[in-house]
Amino acid sequence: MEYFIQQLINGLTLGSIYGLVAIGYTMVYGIIGMINFAHGDIFMLGGFAALIVFLIATSFFAGIPVALLLLLMLVVGMLMTGLWNWTIERVAYRPLRGSFRLAPLITAIGMSIVLSNFIQVTQGPRNKPIPQLVTDVYHIGDITISLKQIIIVIITAVLLFAFWYIVNKTPLGRAQRATEQDRKMAALLGVDVDKTISITFVMGAALAAVAGCMYLMYYGVASFNDGFIPGVKAFTAAVLGGIGSLPGAVLGGLMIGLIESLWSAYFTIAYKDVATFGLLAFVLIFKPTGILGRPEVEKV
Amino acid sequence: MAGENLLKVQGVETYYGNIRALSGVDVEVNKGEIVSLIGANGAGKSTLMMTICGSPQAKTGQVIFDGEDITRLPTHLIARKRIAQSPEGRRIFPRMTVLENLQMGANLDNLKYFKEDVEKIFVLFPRLKERQSQRGGTLSGGEQQMLSIGRALMARPKLLLLDEPSLGLAPLIVKGIFEAIKKLNQEEGLTVFLVEQNAFAALKLSDRAYVMVNGRVTMSGSGKELLANPEVRAAYLEGGRH
Repeated sequence: MEYFIQQLINGLTLGSIYGLVAIGYTMVYGIIGMINFAHGDIFMLGGFAALIVFLIATSFFAGIPVALLLLLMLVVGMLMTGLWNWTIERVAYRPLRGSFRLAPLITAIGMSIVLSNFIQVTQGPRNKPIPQLVTDVYHIGDITISLKQIIIVIITAVLLFAFWYIVNKTPLGRAQRATEQDRKMAALLGVDVDKTISITFVMGAALAAVAGCMYLMYYGVASFNDGFIPGVKAFTAAVLGGIGSLPGAVLGGLMIGLIESLWSAYFTIAYKDVATFGLLAFVLIFKPTGILGRPEVEKV
Repeated sequence: MAGENLLKVQGVETYYGNIRALSGVDVEVNKGEIVSLIGANGAGKSTLMMTICGSPQAKTGQVIFDGEDITRLPTHLIARKRIAQSPEGRRIFPRMTVLENLQMGANLDNLKYFKEDVEKIFVLFPRLKERQSQRGGTLSGGEQQMLSIGRALMARPKLLLLDEPSLGLAPLIVKGIFEAIKKLNQEEGLTVFLVEQNAFAALKLSDRAYVMVNGRVTMSGSGKELLANPEVRAAYLEGGRH
């Protein structure tokens, strides 16, 4: 039983990270109907931004408090990736808006390759390790919880709440939902559609940066390749939960985190990705729109 | 103030790809007027409504609003000049509540007058008050029409564009909506430009009207004149009765 709960905690941590990245996929899909395949690499960039901040901060200001360091890594990472994603949308996706659906999709795959190669060239192909920032560990009976797990889950919960609030309760969120549902009508009501779409990309990137920073803190390494497998898993999470649905993205993320942990614990760790993608296939057979996806029936 | 020119459409041509939808349209709307545009399906009435809002933009010609050339402005900036449209097909946001749809209408003022304005809308369309927390997509056609007009009114428009407000509605509701338009026009001086299939009701309501055929304005005059015009009668008023 303790073993099971232990795995549950590990899965929840991992799932939080996937969920944060999945939100970026699902939001962009919701608002412009394209899968931003470069989003996984934005997540990776967030990790690298955090890494660079860490290196600069620790070499120039030795003895900087860990909490401040983490905050700095998060904030700078969010700003950097926000700027990246804004630029990507501006130069690579916006000119293709209104062209056939595959065009921006292919551009996104190209953008993903550009980003990971850029990091490979500028940062080197090897894994970049950082020392453990947070080492405290708590024991409850036989169960071990590390402080970094607690930090990850709490930051995720706070961000999700903030995000939920923005989307559902603010004029910006209303404009985003309106743009998602009927772009032309939103413009007729005075919504600056281009700006709203840009803001959506920046928001998604900021969440991915937080996830990237926490991934770095959790595993202690960053690699140019991190955008790929974790990125695809976060995308899977978004599809599993129902692409376009924000709660779905979080639910999908948590499910994938849990399945990875539990599968690795009880079966063979080598097949954990098979389990993840197998579940995706299984769910999509019976519920093609994902768990919380909405069926496309609407009165016109 | 009344009689002063508010909207002037001059020689406007609009294309969808290579297909010309409007060819040299001239239309004028003065402050405080109700002007209607009648014509058959596919004549280009809705295209003119959308061209005024810059989506699509006119290829040639000019749209002048309140003395300012708005032909090349992006749609959202035209909306900010206080031109509000209840468009063809109503275009309610289906996954937003009725109240949120109305809030979208009041976006321009950041909801500053939302409370008092929404009360006015609820007086005009009591049905919307009952349905306020229901999602737009679950409303009936008539309720969606009311919501679409209400949403446009929330913007405190200088010019209200109504595209087929009577489409698909029961005659009693149509009467209610037309009375509401008349009332807004008389009591608040609201300027209305109206596209209608229901030519008889539209002409009765309007100060002036235009008849559109194949992307051209072929006739214009006061509502009464056009009602009495034999050609108009044959084409749009008695056509169905022979």
